Amino acid sequence: MDLSFFFVQLISGLTMATFLFLIASGLTLIFGVGKVFNFAHGSFFMLGAYVGYQMSSVWGQNFWLSLVAGGLFAGVLGMVAEFFFLRRIYGRADEGGFQILLTYSFILILDDLVKLVWGTEYKSLAKPESLRGALSFFGIVVPTYNVAVIGIGLFVVIAAWWLLNKTKAGRIARASALDREMLAVLGVNVPMTMTLVFGIATALSGMTGVLAAPLRSVTPGAGIEVIIDSLIVVVLGGLGNFWGAWLAALLIGEVNSFAIVFVPKWATLFSYLVMALTLVFKPEGLFAPRKVRRV
Amino acid sequence: MSNKPFAANSLYLLGFVVLFGLVPILKTTNYQMLLAAHVLVWGLFAVSFNMLFGVTGMLSFGQALYYGMGAYSVGLCVKYLGSAWFFPGMLLGLVLSILFSWLLGHLIIRVSGVFFTMLTLAFGQLGWQVMFKWYSFTGGDDGIQNIIPPGLFANKVAYYYLVLALVGVSIWFLGRLNSSPMGLILRCVRQNPERVRFLGRRVRRNQQRIYCISALFSALAGALMSGVDYSIHTDMFYWTTSGHVILMSILGGIGQFFGPLVGAAVIVTIEDVVGAFTEYWSLIIGSVMLVMVLGLPRGLMGEIAHLRVRFANRPAKLQTRLGEELK
Repeated sequence: MDLSFFFVQLISGLTMATFLFLIASGLTLIFGVGKVFNFAHGSFFMLGAYVGYQMSSVWGQNFWLSLVAGGLFAGVLGMVAEFFFLRRIYGRADEGGFQILLTYSFILILDDLVKLVWGTEYKSLAKPESLRGALSFFGIVVPTYNVAVIGIGLFVVIAAWWLLNKTKAGRIARASALDREMLAVLGVNVPMTMTLVFGIATALSGMTGVLAAPLRSVTPGAGIEVIIDSLIVVVLGGLGNFWGAWLAALLIGEVNSFAIVFVPKWATLFSYLVMALTLVFKPEGLFAPRKVRRV
Repeated sequence: MSNKPFAANSLYLLGFVVLFGLVPILKTTNYQMLLAAHVLVWGLFAVSFNMLFGVTGMLSFGQALYYGMGAYSVGLCVKYLGSAWFFPGMLLGLVLSILFSWLLGHLIIRVSGVFFTMLTLAFGQLGWQVMFKWYSFTGGDDGIQNIIPPGLFANKVAYYYLVLALVGVSIWFLGRLNSSPMGLILRCVRQNPERVRFLGRRVRRNQQRIYCISALFSALAGALMSGVDYSIHTDMFYWTTSGHVILMSILGGIGQFFGPLVGAAVIVTIEDVVGAFTEYWSLIIGSVMLVMVLGLPRGLMGEIAHLRVRFANRPAKLQTRLGEELK
């Protein structure tokens, strides 16, 4: 294999890994803080992409404005969903199942609303003016946009880590994962915290949608594909392990990127294969130190 | 999940079989009989799904895998070997579903809760992708047409009665299972798996068994469906098919053995009515689901049973309320 071709695939895998990680980290954040599994997380990704597309096609071509708009829209909608719907089933017996069912109904509703508003044809979003073209590292040419996405991903990861670990808001979020009652006694509005965390996570998902839109076409069914891929990442990373998810995203991104070269038709099966193998040999996840509670 | 003696449930089942048995005799159109057959097949699928979710507490989002497996075993046998292979194909589907569910069960029962659900979804989608992309063998999204049952059963009415008989026997069997000691253990697994283990019962072995049984009957439903519609499609493997059966169970009531059957009847009817004037079917389904989960989590049959208990035991109302609070 040609070296420069190898690098291009490597970068493309890294880009995909960044998308996967951004979504999986939002999923992990909500799960960690509120023990809520947002099955509709991928739908917020799709919605962000559509809002971004709308922004850039109707209200001017500014990509960065679209990025903010997509994120904001998904974030606000996420908070609305949590505040008016999800909140009502907290604490119910069999909560996990009902969460999945409720967020599953969000997927169905959002999918059709998107079809109603934007139709079923594929939409595409242009890369921002400043990030078209390619960069050259030591004679190896890679697309600028992909490098920028990887950079943004790294920035978000570091920012999220800093927010969670070094700020008061982060401490509150982490505390509400551990002991909500105590936190409430200390005067923190725990339900509001949950709504905000949900909003941040869905905003992240929506922004990722806009970021991914120039590379993959925007379709109504994108939500479910994305949720399965990021779920695989979460499982591989070891259920709720932040850095594990990052490594798992890298693994899945690269496996996919190189599988497309060798077996284009069956490439999508490889991430499932990796997951199945992991479950056989290390059900607690590739990078998890702790064991899954076996029932 | 009520655990009344099976005799009471048998009466319901008998009424159900007689009611559906009358469909071809009464003056109905072929189309109405087709709808009734759909209700029967989806009903079996939903009841077998509910043995997992409603009884054992395992929310599987991948039962479409087995449903599709049953359908495609029949379809592929008929396509490549001829109509006479319809019933051997059905048998093959059942064997394959047991085999696959046994293997997959070992993988996915290791994790619990939402991760179990998501793994079933992931493997279900894996099955869909294989069937979808293996165009040369399965015909991809063209599906398979002209799957006509052989001999006597090429007659629609005869096939309808075959479906009714198989669905009736299957539901009778599942009902027996539900009120058997194993059913009791399964309900315990739902409520308190740790306690089940303390009592010396194996949680995972029971989960594995019911997962296989549910897969078997899902496959039977899929195989029967191929002969009802004379055609199959890769959508039978798609995750929305699993979602469909989940909605039927919730709508009818996961806590009632016959709930999913009622849910199937309601959904097939709504689908028929709504499908006539809008293509935004999943918007309707999603909204119904939202309302059910938030407002009526017991489902139609569950709410009826609940109301009946409340009105029958008016004096004991306080007791009921106390019971509710203790829950």
